[in-house]
Amino acid sequence: MLYALKIAARYLTANLAQTALLVTGVAVGVFIFIFMSALIGGLAEFILARTVGDMAHITIEAESADPALLISPKGQVLFVAEPGRIRTATLAEAATWLPLIAAVPGVKAVSPQITGAGFLTRGAQVSQVSITGVEPGRESAILDLDGYMVEGSARLGSGLIVLGRELADDLALSLGQSVRVQSTTGSTMVLTLSGIYQTGSRGMDQARAFVSLSSARTLFAMPQGVTRIEIKLDDLNAADATALRIRALTGLDAVSWTEGAAQLMEALNAQAQTGYFLKGFALLTIVIGVASALLLSTYRRRPEIGIMRAMGAGRGFVVFVFVTQGALVGLLGGVTGAVLGYLALLPFPSREAFRPGTLPLDITQGSYGLAITLTVIGAILASILPARSAARVDPVTAIGQ
Amino acid sequence: MSALLETSELVKTFGAGDTATRVLRGLNLRLSTGEMAALLGPSGSGKSTLLTILGTLMKPTSGRYQMLGHDLIAADDRELTVFRNRHIGFVFQFHNLLPDFTALENVIFPTAVREGRETATARARGRDLLVRMGLADRIDFPTANLSGGQKQRVAVARALMNSPELVLADEPTGNLDRASALQVMELIGQINRDEGTTFLISTHDEKIAAACQRQIVVADGLVTG
Repeated sequence: MLYALKIAARYLTANLAQTALLVTGVAVGVFIFIFMSALIGGLAEFILARTVGDMAHITIEAESADPALLISPKGQVLFVAEPGRIRTATLAEAATWLPLIAAVPGVKAVSPQITGAGFLTRGAQVSQVSITGVEPGRESAILDLDGYMVEGSARLGSGLIVLGRELADDLALSLGQSVRVQSTTGSTMVLTLSGIYQTGSRGMDQARAFVSLSSARTLFAMPQGVTRIEIKLDDLNAADATALRIRALTGLDAVSWTEGAAQLMEALNAQAQTGYFLKGFALLTIVIGVASALLLSTYRRRPEIGIMRAMGAGRGFVVFVFVTQGALVGLLGGVTGAVLGYLALLPFPSREAFRPGTLPLDITQGSYGLAITLTVIGAILASILPARSAARVDPVTAIGQ
Repeated sequence: MSALLETSELVKTFGAGDTATRVLRGLNLRLSTGEMAALLGPSGSGKSTLLTILGTLMKPTSGRYQMLGHDLIAADDRELTVFRNRHIGFVFQFHNLLPDFTALENVIFPTAVREGRETATARARGRDLLVRMGLADRIDFPTANLSGGQKQRVAVARALMNSPELVLADEPTGNLDRASALQVMELIGQINRDEGTTFLISTHDEKIAAACQRQIVVADGLVTG
């Protein structure tokens, strides 16, 4: 069918202005498709980054210890030892699991933590806080603490503490000054403020303190194990599958972030659906444009189709010529639109640099290949009606025109 | 000479009911291989309809039509298309070339469409034919740049491309000046003599008819002479 391809190409080049107009129409449709893909994808990315970006994608928490019972041989309960409400259950074998979890494909970072409640006291000022003990060097593994630092360093060491801006202000604390920390187990330490962060979230900036894992062990009387393991993934959309894998691998209760985010997922799905509609309309415009242009071409070329039929061209050949024209228009328009779309998205910041107030256009989510493929398929489908119409041309009538 | 084609009792009716028009009324015709025949008759006598049926572009309402032993009434569209491509050439009054193609591309179209591509052999034969038509310096010209006589000679070359047994020419010189008309007819006569190709030429021109070995007169849908 090389010859049909030649004829199709010749028809397109015979009237360059008309073909250019047609290809431009298709390219605009593809441009809109790509722009919408980048916008919808970027918006979803932005929303996720703002809501989930600083969260663990998978969390493993220690199960509360069951009450210990001493039962007599007759079955009577002799003694019940219920763990105190403030005593923290532990993931005692955390050290064993961490390398295994870190080796799971898609896992970006693993952060063992000891968390609990406590009080910060400085002079007469007392603030209730949530204390998180993290391993030095893994301060920014889950929450981008480095990125939120406004004073000092996020680096935690023995005897150091990092606080939120509002908490530090409430306690009138400056870098290098000391604060007394008391945990709910009753342990007390005096720590030095080494860094102040500001996330913009009042709840966090006012009530969360970061200490080193060793300080947390002392504060919560936990010589071994951790209370929580937080995991960050390369792709947060893979959280469900990866959580299942970790569960199967370790037997621990790994929970994906999506389990507590049904409403967010629904909103993102609704947004994606809107995107599909908009992209669908862009495709429909392409199909209608190509179909109408080729129908016009079929009508204009009726005498030539008649001549071809008289010279021995079969109906299949005629169909192929017009369908190939549609495919070529789709390919040219698709590639042109994709290139224009890519160039138009280049000046926008990358997904890592999305900031509130800017249009979150993600150049990596332009769906360029999909846009070109769907456009070619759409253009081929659009050309079937004109092609069938051309194949039905009666050569006697057409030649006589 | 052996029979190339034969029709019997060909009837062609257009329309139906009160508006029905019977153009052919049981026409019988036999053409032998290598004949060069003129088809004469007044306008509306059925000449063009007969050429269209013989060219397998239209089926008769009833009757029989055989060519080279093939029953062309029973054949379907696909079979007729293949048969037409291999055995029948056409020359129309208004040349009917493909306007966006060169002279050579027009000439080799019947072979290219059959083989699915333009082969070197087809190109060589196309060039030979155009040279024989006196168009050696117009081979790669777009047909839009050719004169009427040149276009008609390209059309004759195209009709001969697949070496058909039969060439049907509908007023091939009707749109040409006298000199060009004579040039085209000389070429047709030469090919008839050299290659034994059968020509059936519809014409109103008595001089053209006189140049043919046989004159077939059609009147009121019947062969009358």
